[in-house]
Amino acid sequence: MSTVVRVSGVTKRYGSVTALDDVSCELQRDRIYGLLGRNGAGKTTLMQVLTGQQIATAGAIEVFGAHPYENAQVLRQVCFIKESQRYPDTFRVRDAIFAGRMLFPNWDEAFAGRLLQDFDLPAKRQIKKLSRGMLSALGVTIGLASRAPLTFFDEPYLGLDAVARQLFYDRLLADYAEFPRTVVLSTHLIDEISDLIEHVLLIERGRLVLDESAESLRGQVVTLTGPASAVDTLTANADELHRERLGALTRATVRGRVEPGQARAAGVELQPVSLQQLVVRITTAEQKEHVS
Amino acid sequence: MDDGRPIFLQIAEQIENSVIDGSLPEEGQVPSTNELAAFHRINPATAAKGINQLVDDGILYKKRGIGMFVSPGAQAKLRQRRRDQFAALYLQPLLAEAAKLGIHTSELKSMIERYEENR
Repeated sequence: MSTVVRVSGVTKRYGSVTALDDVSCELQRDRIYGLLGRNGAGKTTLMQVLTGQQIATAGAIEVFGAHPYENAQVLRQVCFIKESQRYPDTFRVRDAIFAGRMLFPNWDEAFAGRLLQDFDLPAKRQIKKLSRGMLSALGVTIGLASRAPLTFFDEPYLGLDAVARQLFYDRLLADYAEFPRTVVLSTHLIDEISDLIEHVLLIERGRLVLDESAESLRGQVVTLTGPASAVDTLTANADELHRERLGALTRATVRGRVEPGQARAAGVELQPVSLQQLVVRITTAEQKEHVS
Repeated sequence: MDDGRPIFLQIAEQIENSVIDGSLPEEGQVPSTNELAAFHRINPATAAKGINQLVDDGILYKKRGIGMFVSPGAQAKLRQRRRDQFAALYLQPLLAEAAKLGIHTSELKSMIERYEENR
């Protein structure tokens, strides 16, 4: 497995605001990453730093073995699809497609054409006249057809309906299977992508709080509902994320292994926690810690 | 896919079920990693992990350049393994619930027989 991105001790400050706080992580070749976190957590800043659009205040960055800032050699291999991408005023859809063809060495024109059809995007339409959803569809089309070895999608779905989003996920998966590359999906719609991603990066208040394979996170967090004493015994060694109580009944969400057999025998109901719920629990727990 | 268990295990189990019920015959070809990924809408690396586990178990074998196939004897092997797990997975919860309700084993036996007859 080779490493395409190395981030070590990266901090980014804007005046008194710390957007990234000592972040270290690596991205491996040909994996799909989920970059998760609340609004303002620092996801976009991290992607901007990795694509040479911002300079880190401290720390070291390597993308394909070099620093990305004003480095054409590196940037040609990187595609960054932003939620708020701006295009020149006079641009039509086909001009953006043409720009993609010029910029990305692995660009697949036929694939781009199929995606425009899939998303019902008229090639002659002026980009400033596109609806929010069509604008997102254009970004998705360019991001997929670029086949860039490192592709970032920053909330690419704004305005896309459920059918169009499913189309995006299906096309991404099929094309990735045929042309593996490193993909970073930054999204709030975690349930929709939890089965697509291989690895989870969770950022909270500029800090990286989770860097784990999606498979190992499955079943790692559970909710137990049952008599308080039984729940307490079962969760004695686990990391508690949340707890609520109703009369004699306690519900606790914990990170750690709980034996299903033991739980059943104690009359405690075990429920798996989805990746989305896990992210909610972890980020809320972090927030509480921060406040207290 | 169910949230609680690793997806690769669920993929492996589904293929095992098809081998046990004979819908995937021995020496039959198994869907490719990419086909499984597209069908279940999961990451191809995860699908590959499920397939690889079955290869390690001797349930599937690889024909170079062609694909994955069901090993001879896989069906009998899986049946035996599932039989070994039957008590822990199905009898234990049944007996625990029966005990909670005060249903004795003899009563349970006649319940099972009656249920079978009326099915």
